[in-house]
Parts: sequence; C-alpha cells; structure tokens
Amino acid sequence: MSDPLLSIRDLAVSFPTEEGVAQAVEGVSLELGAGEVLALVGESGCGKSVSALSVLGLEPGSAQVSGSACYGSAELIGASAEDLARIRGAEIAMVFQDPLSALNPVVRVGDQIAEQIAAHGDAGRSEARERAVELLRRVGIPQPEDRARAYPHELSGGMRQRVMIAMAISCSPRVLIADEPTTALDVTVQAQILDLIRELRDETGAGVLLVTHDLGVVAELADRVAVMYAGRIVEQGTVDEIFEDPQHPYTWGLLGAIPRLDRPRPARLPAVAGAPPALASKPTGCHFRPRCPHAFEQCVEVPPLAHRGGGADQVDRCWLAADAKRELREVDGQFGLAGAAEAR
Amino acid sequence: MSGFVVRRLAQMVIVLFAVSVLTFLIFNVIPNGDPAVRMAGKSPTESQVEAIREEWGFDRSLPVQYVETMRNVLGGEAISYFTQLNVRDQIVEGIPRTFALAAGAAILWMLGGIALGLLAASRAGSKVDRAITVVALSGISLPAFWLGALLNYYLGFKLGLFPNGGYVPFTEDPLDWAYHLILPCTTLAILFVGFYSRVLRANLLETMGEDYVRTARAKGLPQRQVMRGHVLRNSMIPIVTLWGLDFGAVVAGGAILVETVFDIGGVGQYAADSVGQLDVPPVLAVTLFGAFFIVVLSTVVDILYAALDPRIRVTG
Repeated sequence: MSDPLLSIRDLAVSFPTEEGVAQAVEGVSLELGAGEVLALVGESGCGKSVSALSVLGLEPGSAQVSGSACYGSAELIGASAEDLARIRGAEIAMVFQDPLSALNPVVRVGDQIAEQIAAHGDAGRSEARERAVELLRRVGIPQPEDRARAYPHELSGGMRQRVMIAMAISCSPRVLIADEPTTALDVTVQAQILDLIRELRDETGAGVLLVTHDLGVVAELADRVAVMYAGRIVEQGTVDEIFEDPQHPYTWGLLGAIPRLDRPRPARLPAVAGAPPALASKPTGCHFRPRCPHAFEQCVEVPPLAHRGGGADQVDRCWLAADAKRELREVDGQFGLAGAAEAR
Repeated sequence: MSGFVVRRLAQMVIVLFAVSVLTFLIFNVIPNGDPAVRMAGKSPTESQVEAIREEWGFDRSLPVQYVETMRNVLGGEAISYFTQLNVRDQIVEGIPRTFALAAGAAILWMLGGIALGLLAASRAGSKVDRAITVVALSGISLPAFWLGALLNYYLGFKLGLFPNGGYVPFTEDPLDWAYHLILPCTTLAILFVGFYSRVLRANLLETMGEDYVRTARAKGLPQRQVMRGHVLRNSMIPIVTLWGLDFGAVVAGGAILVETVFDIGGVGQYAADSVGQLDVPPVLAVTLFGAFFIVVLSTVVDILYAALDPRIRVTG
C-alpha cells in the first residue's frame, strides 16, 4: 500500500471501573489507504467502536487513551481541542449507528448539515444552507428543499442515515469512519445505504473505516478486514482471504455462525460457545483461550500478530500450525464451534 | 391547535367551578366562621346578629348563597364583609404589584439559575460544584418570611441601603419603583435559584452524554458552539416550561409571604389578610384569579413546549 491516509499504532483504551481497570482496547494497529474500505469486525464490547471513536478523541470522558493515530503527519491522540476540531468533520468524518439519537431532535436537519459546512469554511449562512440541500439531493433524498426543513423525527430511518451521510461528506473528508452505519436500519434500507457509501467512496476516493458486527456488510463492502476479540485484533487480511481461509478459530467460528442458503439448515444455528470475557478480568495469554476448543499449553502466552498461513497479506494471533488449523477448521465446519467443543 | 385551546378553556371552566365550590365550602365549615357573628362586633345581641344575617343573606341555603356570591365575584360587585371595600378594585390595584414582583424575581432566578447551573455542570464533581450545591440547597431551604425579614431588617432598616418595604407605582417614579422591588425580588429569587441551577445542572450533564452532542463534536464544531447550540439549547427546554409554571404559581399566591414581609400590597398580601379574617368574597375572588392564571399559564407553557421541541405535538 502507498502512504496510508490514517495509521493507527498500538492504540490502547482503558476505563476505570469498580472491578478494576477495563482494558477495552489493547494495542490495536491499523492502516487505512485512500479509496479503501477497511472493516473492523467483532462482537459487541470487543472494542471496535471505542477504537474508532478514540481516533477522533470522541471516546467517553473517563477513557484513558494511549498509542498513536496519525492522519498524514498530524498526531490525533492527545491533540488539542482546536486541532481536533479542525480535522473532525473536515478531514475525518463519522457516521454513527443510530441516526435518530445521533441527530439533534430539535434542530432542522438542513441546519445541522449547514452548521458543519459553516464551521469548516467561509460559507455564509444561506450558502451553507444551499449546499446542505445539494448534499441531501446527492445522497438520494427526494424533495431536498422540503426535507432540509424537516426535523429528524419526521424522516424515516433510512432518510435519517442519508442525512448523517450527507453531513459526513459535506466537507469532502478524506477518511470516513462509519460506526455500525446500517445496524439500526431495515434490511432493504441497509443495502441502499451500503450502496451509497460505496458510491461515495468511488466518487471521492475517501478511505472508509467500517465498524460492524455484520459479516454480511463486510462481504458486501469491505476490501480488507480486521477481526477484533476482547480488545485485540486477532486476524487481519483481505476480505477474500478472511472469508476463504480464516486462520483464527474465532474468525472461523464467526463465519460458521452465518446461516447458509446453500447448506441444509441445522436444527440450531451454530454459535461460538461461551461469552467474551469481562474487560476488567481477561484471561492471560490468548483472550480467546477459554472459549477455544483447540487451546493448548502455549496459549497462556500472547501470540503476536504474524503471518502464519493463508493469503499473502493475512496475519493472525493463533499459535496453531497452519496445517493443523486447516484440519481443525474442517472438523469445526461440520459441527460449528459449539458442536466441536461438546464432541470432545 | 384551536381544538387544543378550546379543550383547555372547557377544562378551565371545570377547574374554576371546582375550586370555587371547594373554597366556598371550606370557609363555611370552619369553626367560628359564621360571618354574621364576626361582623356584629364584640358581644352582640342575638337580634343584631340575626339582622346582619338577614341583611347579607347568610340565612339562605348554601347553594343559593354560593350562586349569589359567585355572581357578585364574577360581576365585580363583591364586597368584603369586613372592610366593605369592593373586591375587584382591591385585586386590580394589587395585580401590577404582584406581577412586578413575580416578573422581576423570575428574571433574576432564571439568569442566576443558568449561570450557576452552567458553572456547576462544567465543573461537575469539583469544589466549585459542591459549593454551588450547598448554596442551592440553602436557598431552597430558607423560609421566605425569615430571609425576607432578615434582608429587610439589616439591609433596609439598619444599613438603610434599601427602602424598608413598601411599593411605589411605576407611573409615579420608575426609579423608585425598581429601587423598592430589588429586595423583595431578590428574596423571592433566592428561593428558586438553587432549584433551577440544580435542574439545569442535571439536564446539562445528561445532555452532554447524548449521541447528538457527540455528533456535534464529530462535526468539528468549536466547543462553545457545541455547548450553546446543542447542549444548552436542549437542556433549556424543560427549564423554560418549568419557568412558566413557577411564574404562574408565584403570581397565583406563591408570593404571599414575600409580599407580606415587604408590604408590597399585592394580590398575595390581600389574600393573606382576607384569609386571616375569614373574609369569603375576597378569598373566593383571589383563589379564582390564581386558579385562572395557573390554567392559562399551563396552557401557554404547553404551546411553548411544542414550539421549543418539535417532537411534541399539541393536539386537540
């Protein structure tokens, strides 16, 4: 990859809780190139959203963030409020999960877009308003002049997310961070929103960091995938590599949990057995160890993220040998991870 | 919208009827409440009392007396049993005084509440925040008559910084009018400012955690604009409606103590004097005035709320 737009190095986020320090993110490193869609996937609470938020300093106030996130030559972690405000919205924009709560309920949507345009340029009020209407038209909202005067609750869920996207692209950002952009939407609307994001990416060449737990969305939109588990990236590769040849038992567990149309329907949908660890009391070594049917002695040590098998760009955090993985995956594939654990 | 107003008007008639019947009944069952005996003066003869009773119609049945009294009250012809003064004239004279006091205090407590609430919320958990909490709770807990009397005695009487109570009509001397209102308005405002700062502080802290505030920050708005345009704006909606209701409550009788302590001579003081004398016509009139004002203001507040928060729709 040529020079990345955004490069995250050893990002760590922790929260003080009553049970001790919760390590939400431990040492996440990612690079996002222009025109690329990088998906950050994982279960709820694996730290994917917090990672994305802390890039722009939008993490909750109690969070302790360390590491580095560089946009070009600008370091974002620990940057001053003024510097961050200049980059937010203008260079790196965000689309949030639930557009109803992410839009101010008592401000007209056109004004909410215009406000951002005015903050990042010398456009006057009326000019910013006109541009807001243009943006609403661009993201496929019919009668944008009227809709600009609507309040968020007067629009449908899909329309609201289009408004969020119009807002995000209003200052032609180079990086778009989309935090579960389709989770709150109906399935048909999801597809439209994904198409829109892809279209805008093609048009503007922006890099997209897509945070999601939905592997369908990943397959649809992403070029590369980073799988997170309990605050760490456990596997990373191109979307084809990850879907065709997953190297980490957690990744193939996730993929095995997707119901398939081309196979007989199992009596129960397969699931990854167990639950993720509490953030304040994670197991030592590989965090997936207690849930992993293939764990062995070496797993008490943290496996580094390294290329061990699969495609050329693929890296994982699992001590198992590449051919052992292939065999075990076959067994798991027949029963699902849960079935395999019971069979042992 | 018009349906809403019509429905509220109908509700108001019912409320006013209920309030008037209740007030009338209460003053008729109170021991020693027989107005004829009280009007007859010290040790009257039975025939004197009887004569008064007949003259004023106290010998008729309660429903008849109620209707007669209400007709007088609503027609502006009710006469006080004891001062023999026209009730309407008294209230009309008191209204500007009560309004001046309530409006001045409401502005003071709103501004003070916003300032203290913003300060406390922006430093939540700090010493400043805790100090404001103490001040707020003291303000809420202080009895109006005690605080008013204290301020009046020390600042008014002893130091002579302020007039020692009383009221000067605006038309007579606007400066003196304002001068006379400073202490009573401050006293009344102190009772509310703590509560308002606490409510605003809680609203601000809650709003700061809202997703749309995070969106506003993600848009790259300067911190001031995030606070003013999103956090403060949304936090003020419940405060403004609260303000309307409290203003109504103060005009409708909430200022009785402060009016009396500072001898403002407003509607509240009139009510207090009349209740003390079990003087039914003025009590009825003042109560109806208060109830009317509260219903009107709560209607205004509902309409205002819908204007401030487009998610709320006023339906009839």
